[in-house]
Amino acid sequence: MLKFCSIFSKSKSKNPFLLRSRTKSTSRSQSSPAAYTFSRRIFPYSKHSSLLAPASLSRVPPSRSFATDSEARDSIEYDVVVVGAGPAGLSAAIRLKQLCHQKGADLSVCVVEKGAEVGAHIISGNVFEPRALDELLPQWKQEEAPINTPVSSDKFWFLTKNRAISLPSPFHNKGNYVISLSQLVRWLGAKAEELGVEIYPGFAASEILYDANNKVIGIGTNDMGIAKDGSKKEKFQRGVEVKGRITLLAEGCRGSLSEKIIGRYNLREKGGAEHQTYALGIKEVWEIDERKHQPGAVLHTLGWPLDHKTYGGSFLYHMKDNQISIGFVVALNYQNPFMNPYEEFQKFKHHPAIRPYLEGGTVIQYGARTLNEGGFQSIPYPVFPGGAIIGCSAGFLNVPKIKGAHTAMKSGMLAAEVTFGVLNEGLDMDMYWKALRNSWIWDELYKARNYRPAFEYGLIPGLALSGLEHYLLRGKHPFTLKHGKADHEATNAAQLHSPIQYPKADGVLSFDVPTSLHRSNTNHEHDQPPHLRLRDPKIPETVNLPVYAAPESRYCPARVYEYVADEHNQLKLQINAQNCLHCKACDIKDPKQNIEWTVPEGGGGPGYSVM
Amino acid sequence: MKIMVAIKRVIDYAVKIRVKPDKSGVVTQNVKMSMNPFCEIALEEALRMRESGLASEVVAVTMGPSQCLDTLRTGLAMGADRGIHVDSTSALHPLHVAKILRNLVQIEKPSLIILGKQAIDDDCNQTGQMVAGLLNWPQGTFASKVVLDKEKEEVTVDREVDDGIETVQLKLPAVITTDLRLNQPRYATLPNIMKAKSKPIKKFTPQELNVEIKSDLEIVEVTEPPKRKAGVMVSSVDELIDKLKNEARVI
Repeated sequence: MLKFCSIFSKSKSKNPFLLRSRTKSTSRSQSSPAAYTFSRRIFPYSKHSSLLAPASLSRVPPSRSFATDSEARDSIEYDVVVVGAGPAGLSAAIRLKQLCHQKGADLSVCVVEKGAEVGAHIISGNVFEPRALDELLPQWKQEEAPINTPVSSDKFWFLTKNRAISLPSPFHNKGNYVISLSQLVRWLGAKAEELGVEIYPGFAASEILYDANNKVIGIGTNDMGIAKDGSKKEKFQRGVEVKGRITLLAEGCRGSLSEKIIGRYNLREKGGAEHQTYALGIKEVWEIDERKHQPGAVLHTLGWPLDHKTYGGSFLYHMKDNQISIGFVVALNYQNPFMNPYEEFQKFKHHPAIRPYLEGGTVIQYGARTLNEGGFQSIPYPVFPGGAIIGCSAGFLNVPKIKGAHTAMKSGMLAAEVTFGVLNEGLDMDMYWKALRNSWIWDELYKARNYRPAFEYGLIPGLALSGLEHYLLRGKHPFTLKHGKADHEATNAAQLHSPIQYPKADGVLSFDVPTSLHRSNTNHEHDQPPHLRLRDPKIPETVNLPVYAAPESRYCPARVYEYVADEHNQLKLQINAQNCLHCKACDIKDPKQNIEWTVPEGGGGPGYSVM
Repeated sequence: MKIMVAIKRVIDYAVKIRVKPDKSGVVTQNVKMSMNPFCEIALEEALRMRESGLASEVVAVTMGPSQCLDTLRTGLAMGADRGIHVDSTSALHPLHVAKILRNLVQIEKPSLIILGKQAIDDDCNQTGQMVAGLLNWPQGTFASKVVLDKEKEEVTVDREVDDGIETVQLKLPAVITTDLRLNQPRYATLPNIMKAKSKPIKKFTPQELNVEIKSDLEIVEVTEPPKRKAGVMVSSVDELIDKLKNEARVI
């Protein structure tokens, strides 16, 4: 174990030379579960660590604020319970069943999914690296996986207001495919069911179940049929307890249960990890003029319309059937509270180099989701008593590659292999940490670790370091850059900035939020308690509005948060929970971390099919 | 007393519909499908009758390709006792469905058939009425309230009609189609979904039921409705009358 001195100062200056005790070596002790000796940090964590944010340190059990505590729930038992039917969750489930078939064992595996069907909440760029799928289901091509558009070109542009400057592409996308991840996940779901996995879409895991020894023994699904005021409706149904000997949380980025677990068991501290940092991705799928369509064409842009201080960019991928995925990603540590990522996206589509693709086309679907940008530095210890966290809930997205599906799948597979060992051979779940660190996930993320943090110094230094990394260093430097402030702390007060005037939607290339939202097929049972909870109901009007000019009314890509004048002409926050896209931006970016995203009644939310 | 409920698999009501580029129909590939909301209400009513002791068995019937089995399983998860799947990949119009149901009635002999008033994909509002006609049974359509009297073998149905509510009394066996306000369908719970896996589903084909799927209808073209035009502010009553007379031509 290497020990380093820290030259970190107490102030908020971002000293990149804090040499971390986390190394590539794999000789981590795997014996004691309470391995707090793991991190040999000499100076206490900076104030920016998300450890100190109230959300993650909560040791209060998950709130059950509405009636029904007294009524007993049905309890169903499985060997393994997986929360989330996404790439990680399904890969874990499939791998478990494969191991069962191989070794003649039998484990019952249940996957609960809050979306109305498998794939309904899956949205991603997506240029897919088939590395993990090749390991999991090598016959995927013969089995007609919806992966059939190989990358044919790879362009990278720096945009100014009127020009597009071509830069050498930093990506190596040869051998990768342009896909719809939602479709691929649906296919994975079918494969899982063929192998005997039980998948239950429409059931939202809303609480973790613990035994008397603080060990996780499963999850509880939402009560359904509760009215807005908390009373039981005619069709009230008590939730059920789905118990598992092992529980795998695969909820995707900023998973609501995963965040609670990370806080309860101090998993960031345990893993020597920094806080997680995030970006918000907003995406549309268009059907365009076939003359402009080049299947497999991949384009990324940087620069306009974002300024030098805001990290982000766009993507434009050509799928098949004249469909393209076009989207915009904005890092959530932006400083200007008047920033509106949705409007930046709409503005971007008008760029003279971009609009020709879209002219004559129609939008098929719209959606948004946050993604992890913390990379290597932010991976928490992913094992807790009774289970593990896999996929983006832990955070294995490779930021410079902008790919996370392959590492999510691999993490699910590794967790499955360890889980199988735990249930059949008495192994320790902590082996998962070791397995991760011995895998190509670690290798890849370690090499990619400095790209994103370098942009803390601005666009040009960031690009410069990217170039250096890419051509020369390739991850072989002795230092690991730190992240800047936590996203929610990075927002400046409104008085330091001026409002941004965004152009009005033209209805052809750009659209207003309600029009876009309609294309996401989002729906929630209207008469239910709002799933977006305010920890302190007074903060929106006393802090968010006066100090930060209500950033939630701008970063939410679904217009959930609106300030409306009441009868005394006072602006009050109105929460249109029914619009929610489950992107989690509010949970991440709210300056006082006052907004808590909890899971609504199962089956609600967006209905992505080609995202 | 046995109740038969007909359920249909349609595009989910929350999905934004798109017309296919060749105008032959709407896009159904990669689109979420679920049970027709009115069929859910129909099934819920049948289940309530069984739970109050008025009926002994609820049989759910669906027709279409093999994917319809998902919808049938949802029906079984809600509480139906048995399922019947009539397997057909051709387009089934209301008359075909009505004929198949009539022939199924000869096999199953239910005392009551409950259907949704219409399907949200074609909005035909015909099947229930056709079934009643073919079987020569009384019908209570657009039901907003249903009261079954088991001894008298009668059912009293409040119907939502244009003028208000019409109450009819039908002698069993009868056909009822359900309207929105009849009830709020229950959720299928996780334990019930699991139990549904082992409930029996009987399979038929239209040929086995002596129904020929021959269509007298041909869909010529499907287009989106015209985009709604923006409203126009008129400056005077005279201008309004002029526009109504000469532009809208309604007076």
